[in-house]
Amino acid sequence: MPLNNRIPAGDLDTKWEKYKSTCKLVNPANKRSIEIIVIGTGLAGASAAASLGELGYKVKAFCFQDSPRRAHSIAAQGGINAAKNYQNDGDSVYRLFYDTIKGGDYRAREANVHRLAEVSGNIIDQCVAQGVPFAREYGGLLSNRSFGGTQVQRTFYAAGQTGQQLLIGAYQSLERQVALGNVTMYSRHEMLDIVKIDGKARGIIARNLVTGELERHFGHSVLICSGGYGNVFYLSTNAMGSNVTAAWKAHKQGAYFGNPCFTQIHPTCIPVSGDHQSKLTLMSESLRNDGRIWVPKKQNDSRKANEIPADERDYYLERRYPAFGNLVPRDVASRAAKERCDAGYGVGASKQAVYLDFAAAILRYGKIEVGKQGLEHVSEADIIKMGKEVVASKYGNLFEMYEKITGENPYEVPMRIYPAVHYTMGGLWVDYELMTTVPGLYALGEANFSDHGANRLGASALMQGLADGYFVIPYTIGNYLADEIRTKSIPTDHPAFVAAEKEVFDRINKLMNIKGTESVESLHKRLGKIMWDKCGMARNEKGLQEAIEEIRALKKEFWSNVRIPGEVNEFNPELDKANRVADFIELGELMCMDALNRNESCGGHFREEYQTEEGEALRQDDKFMYVAAWEYKGDSQFELHKEELVYDVVHPSARSYK
Amino acid sequence: MEHYNMNLTLKVWKQKNAKAAGRFETYQVKGISSEMSFLEMFDVLNEQLIAEGKEPVAFDHDCREGICGMCSMYINGRAHGPWHHNTTCQLHMREYKDGDTIVVEPWRADAFPVIKDLVVNRNSFDHIVQAGGYISVNTGNAQDANSLPIEKQKADDSFAAAACIGCGACVAACPNASAMLFLSAKVAHLAYLPQGDVERKERVVNMVHQMDKEGFGSCTNIGACEAECPKGISLENIAKLNREYMVATFAGDR
Repeated sequence: MPLNNRIPAGDLDTKWEKYKSTCKLVNPANKRSIEIIVIGTGLAGASAAASLGELGYKVKAFCFQDSPRRAHSIAAQGGINAAKNYQNDGDSVYRLFYDTIKGGDYRAREANVHRLAEVSGNIIDQCVAQGVPFAREYGGLLSNRSFGGTQVQRTFYAAGQTGQQLLIGAYQSLERQVALGNVTMYSRHEMLDIVKIDGKARGIIARNLVTGELERHFGHSVLICSGGYGNVFYLSTNAMGSNVTAAWKAHKQGAYFGNPCFTQIHPTCIPVSGDHQSKLTLMSESLRNDGRIWVPKKQNDSRKANEIPADERDYYLERRYPAFGNLVPRDVASRAAKERCDAGYGVGASKQAVYLDFAAAILRYGKIEVGKQGLEHVSEADIIKMGKEVVASKYGNLFEMYEKITGENPYEVPMRIYPAVHYTMGGLWVDYELMTTVPGLYALGEANFSDHGANRLGASALMQGLADGYFVIPYTIGNYLADEIRTKSIPTDHPAFVAAEKEVFDRINKLMNIKGTESVESLHKRLGKIMWDKCGMARNEKGLQEAIEEIRALKKEFWSNVRIPGEVNEFNPELDKANRVADFIELGELMCMDALNRNESCGGHFREEYQTEEGEALRQDDKFMYVAAWEYKGDSQFELHKEELVYDVVHPSARSYK
Repeated sequence: MEHYNMNLTLKVWKQKNAKAAGRFETYQVKGISSEMSFLEMFDVLNEQLIAEGKEPVAFDHDCREGICGMCSMYINGRAHGPWHHNTTCQLHMREYKDGDTIVVEPWRADAFPVIKDLVVNRNSFDHIVQAGGYISVNTGNAQDANSLPIEKQKADDSFAAAACIGCGACVAACPNASAMLFLSAKVAHLAYLPQGDVERKERVVNMVHQMDKEGFGSCTNIGACEAECPKGISLENIAKLNREYMVATFAGDR
């Protein structure tokens, strides 16, 4: 089947306007008899479920957490981008579009990204109307700050808890629709398969995680809003429950998977402290505004940070990238940290860390305070004290979080940081309408592949999740459902539901009956190690080939030796985890195949064979200016389809930050 | 930070399901690193139980960075354990020393029935929000965000209340199992903002009514909720709630 991205004809800046004015509509009476299933209640899922409920559709929303408010969007710290130009600093829809395309290293679709930039302003309006308490200036107007990869201030924020506040806004709108009877909420439920009838998505099989019962749910359409798959690496900044299962089941039912190897490794996370580590914690990108990153100039230097004099420190980002310094984009900063640690300059007990140092910022802010207050003869200790207060007002909550985890005071000693898996740009392939290759099956937010190319810019994930849910899907889904108004609700004793449920039932029983010796957790850790070592920050042909073999062997071991305690028909978190890890193993194999196929380096995908003399990523535009969309053909069998990327407006060039 | 290992005795609440009787089970864990988080110590315990062919302890957790509100352990008589302004997932084992005994229970409240072991059902919180914890604005209805200036102080106060993570520690800590701090945080979040003004009277009355219906206890101004709240939600929100409720019920124009 050739891929049709359904991008409307016409000029880039009028496509969406024209689409909205001409797409098919469903009248209010018909909406009342149309059912829509939404999987996941993060920013994309909650905003979609609420908006579709408001329109009058009958919505069923599912999440595996105990409340929709806990989806992992809640953990986003820094902010949300929008082309409001409130700062009068030259921002525009075009600039946000351009920065996003360039930041993605020219591997995203122009039309989708332009639409994202167009609706970005509406998102801020909507959130403020809902009562999201964004940061404000003394005049009462909204405050902005700046993030990596841009030259304007377009990031709106609520302290270091922007994701939380946006999700609470969407959650409240969702609960309002629940109260009005337009949305039925199924928490502690996990989707375990898509049901297709006559080639169209018509429902799901879900497991009630409290009772273990399997349930059949019909929908005229199904939306996958289940987030990213960073937990394939075991260790990531994702929540423990974040998983690929819903997206992977959709993939196995015919939805192509786009650019699975595009993963974002965030440069500033708290390093691994030992084998017991269960997850990694991010330290916001905003810290790089004031923190200076360095390692000792001497290899294996065992001195404490404060004992190393200034001239024996290597501020390697400032040295390598004088133009952008510590504020280079995430992919570049992460690779540079890895390079130093691999070369033996790492710090801390594990030597897998670099310093993020605020001493200079504390001194600088202290001196500014002295000047502001017109003080004279101030001792250095007092200057530092004042500087610390300023730093605390900017980053206090992050410093506190760092201290809780590490037991070290970052006002006194530099933070130790190291890159960690954070976000996945890849995901289910979708067309302009956010529909996958299965009719009636959509993917929104991080679960789709569409807007960030090979590297996402900071503060753009929240924007995309809410754009998809509030402002894109309410239009595009009508264009499909307008032709479905004659389809009556299909009873769930239809043979397709029976067969799908049996398949899920059999798989669960097969898992439970293995009764092997190795825990799910331990097998997941082993998968994570393969992925991190061979499909992580740097990849090469030999390593990827080895990884594929190792993952296939691990899959065999999983299906013959996993041990799942407890029963099927009860609350059983180990069984939930086993279902998810089984899917991560299959996905891991596909990620390595995709990384092996892509013989170039771009954004977060760094193939060691394709780099410049200075170690920078080297794209191969003539060969790889395409989206790799993989079709599932059976166990370990995937067929590659290519969607050529056409740049009508932006001219791809080499990114340089020197 | 000097790192050390420790052996611990754990007394953990085990309960098969909502209907079964529960009891404390005693476990020994060895070689726990001071650098582990409290939940990583539970991971070690569960791996040990699985290896021994026993059933692991069920507990709620997700983000493990103190923001999702999923984790909910009552540790040695304190909601989320001994650290101030902290969630269970952010508690680290350097708090403990070799030979310590740690008692872990679920949140205890009629409105939070136990699902299994340390896992409770907190749907009652969602029901309170459904009763009015929102501003009725459909997608697409919004005016330009800067057309409505809001005093910085009010925006900051609103944010401080909206920082609630809905974990339920306030209820667990309260001898009356009252949900007043949770409810008041939501009412205050919306009442500080001009957008919340139109529905403020109905909101507070309906939400208070729903709280009572869910089976939470009454507030007697003890303040344990504020002391144990991981996000430092202030008791002032309860005062604000009471004012809102008085105005709504006595003003007579409802």
